[in-house]
Amino acid sequence: MLKTLLCGTALLALTAGAAHAQVSNNVIKIGVMNDRSGIYADLAGEGSAIAARLAAEEFGGKIAGAPIEIVVADHQNKADIAANTAREWIDAGNVDVIADVPNSAAALAVQGITKDKKRIFLMSGPGSTDLSGKSCSPYGFHWTYDNYAMAAGTARALVEQGKKNWFFITADYAFGHSLEDETTKMVKQLDGKVAGNVRHPLGTADFSSYLLQAQGSKADVIGLANAGGDATNAVKQASEFGITQSGQSLAGLLLFISDVNALGLQAAQGLLLTTGFYWDTDEQTREWTKKFEAKAGRKPTMVQAGVYSAVRHYLKAVEAVGSDDADKVSAKMRETTVSDMFTKNGKIAANGRMFHDMYLAQVKTPAESKGPWDYYKIVKTIPGEQAFLDPAKSGCPLVK
Amino acid sequence: MFDLLGVPPQVLFGQLLLGLINGSFYALLSLGLAVIFGMLNVINFAHGALYMIGAFVAWLLLTKLGLGYWWALGLSPLIVGLLGVVLEKTMLSRLYKLDHLYGLLLTFGLALIMEGAFRHFYGVSGQPYPIPDALKGGQNLGFMFLPNYRGWVVVASLIVCFGTWFAIERTRLGAYLRAATENPVLVQAFGINVPVMITATYGFGVALAGLAGVLAAPIYQVSPLMGTNLIIVVFAVVVIGGMGSILGAIVTGLGLGLLEGLTKVFYPEASNIVVFVVMAIVLLIKPAGLFGRER
Repeated sequence: MLKTLLCGTALLALTAGAAHAQVSNNVIKIGVMNDRSGIYADLAGEGSAIAARLAAEEFGGKIAGAPIEIVVADHQNKADIAANTAREWIDAGNVDVIADVPNSAAALAVQGITKDKKRIFLMSGPGSTDLSGKSCSPYGFHWTYDNYAMAAGTARALVEQGKKNWFFITADYAFGHSLEDETTKMVKQLDGKVAGNVRHPLGTADFSSYLLQAQGSKADVIGLANAGGDATNAVKQASEFGITQSGQSLAGLLLFISDVNALGLQAAQGLLLTTGFYWDTDEQTREWTKKFEAKAGRKPTMVQAGVYSAVRHYLKAVEAVGSDDADKVSAKMRETTVSDMFTKNGKIAANGRMFHDMYLAQVKTPAESKGPWDYYKIVKTIPGEQAFLDPAKSGCPLVK
Repeated sequence: MFDLLGVPPQVLFGQLLLGLINGSFYALLSLGLAVIFGMLNVINFAHGALYMIGAFVAWLLLTKLGLGYWWALGLSPLIVGLLGVVLEKTMLSRLYKLDHLYGLLLTFGLALIMEGAFRHFYGVSGQPYPIPDALKGGQNLGFMFLPNYRGWVVVASLIVCFGTWFAIERTRLGAYLRAATENPVLVQAFGINVPVMITATYGFGVALAGLAGVLAAPIYQVSPLMGTNLIIVVFAVVVIGGMGSILGAIVTGLGLGLLEGLTKVFYPEASNIVVFVVMAIVLLIKPAGLFGRER
């Protein structure tokens, strides 16, 4: 009797499992990890989690009967916290995929772990080209932008205007170094030169000293190889010290719309920048932005829009292969064109880089802007092949 | 022109002047901390948060009520000071009989709550605050371009710092205050209301933080994080100067600003550590701080 009961139970368990046997632990768990309290919290933060939830909602919150669950964590811009969280999520929390992770130092740590443990990693926030270069992973997808693309957009445009002599103010960690390197390469390739550089700690409030050194260098362009609060403070203080008035140009090598909003158009007007997404591009982006804004209370940055696009593409692949097996899903993601409100024909290369159009934008003057968040004039659309580094030159071992 | 270790003198002068500007912020903030510690024996960890609130009050006055910088300069320290009075009356005053550690924990908790609340409502990117029209533009000093506003910050904070020092060390009221910290019972016996004096001292100390916040608003983004970034350095300044020493706080604040400025020329990567290196050395050689007395 007991035997029959056991057999029956076992059989039931088996068949019950069969309906979604392919989805591990019967849940598709997405971990959105980023800075939720520090200087990058507005450009990623809770907004990225909202973007991921919007993607999950499009699938009715479940795939093949398995619910989609989204968990969040704050890595506080510390690589060790990011690594510990990733390990805990994968080993004990059944997290299938990790998304966002701005701060390249944190992202490089997570990339190593997801590669070893075979979990998919959707990078929207980080910029270092190493993530799709020498530290690439078969499970890592570099989605929204990278430092090469920033250089190829902003630096190229400025050098082509004849501004060939550069000075860098660089955030002193993985991301800043990489952004400075990529821009330097681009400037030199176009016959420009670099007059000097200075490095500041992450989260600096006072830039006057660095700006003064940049001013003393007599360079045509002061390139800001930093982001978030660092970039806004530097731009604001540059106008205080009369740097732009005296003929030097300022290049924010990575500026997000949240930064422009924080600066105000009076201080930010005229800046050239490169972006992977602008909410006011077409009907589809405006429609999605409306949904996002209803929940977040502000317009999305490119990082947040990229999280949506990457998570949606991942979920589509899970749906198509009927499994959350990392190898199968990763293969499916690579062979499918990315098509959503973020990009129409995005393609994923062997190194994990998602190729899509980038935009060169100029910040509007207060007179040109029709209201809050009407900030960018799109100067040029840069096709994916020109915007991103050729995978063969990326140094990624996966590219044959 | 001669070069000093490969650095042209005009660059050096420029950096020293900038160091002086940062130093005046350090001085103003550490002065408030020193006054509070000297009189109340409370290590006020909420100082950075109150500095942030000072800047936010200025921003709110401008955007919600249309009251400009000069109004804020008067009103914001007053509002922050009143907030301090409320905090002292309702919470801090219960802790004087306990170990210093309790005051530290309470104010640290308050700082986290205040910062969390502002972060929730205003995000971390910060809000822009314009430089007042009267102080726009700048002077070309030959070796550098000095924005008028930064010049004003140095002058204003020096006046406030030395005014405070004078009031405490050289006036009758200051004498009462100093006497009350030495022996409150005896001073009370002379008919002086010591609890009110202590409340007023705390209110004044945090009003100084509020004033520093208003002075900082046009230079930095008005952001919930602005206090956290600064407060650790300011604590180091107070420790180096000697806990509770008014003159020590002022002199060390300015001196460390200059030292930091020099570090930014010769080895910028170390600019955020140099203050702590000095702190470690001072603690090893003179544990009570440069201007402190052993108790």
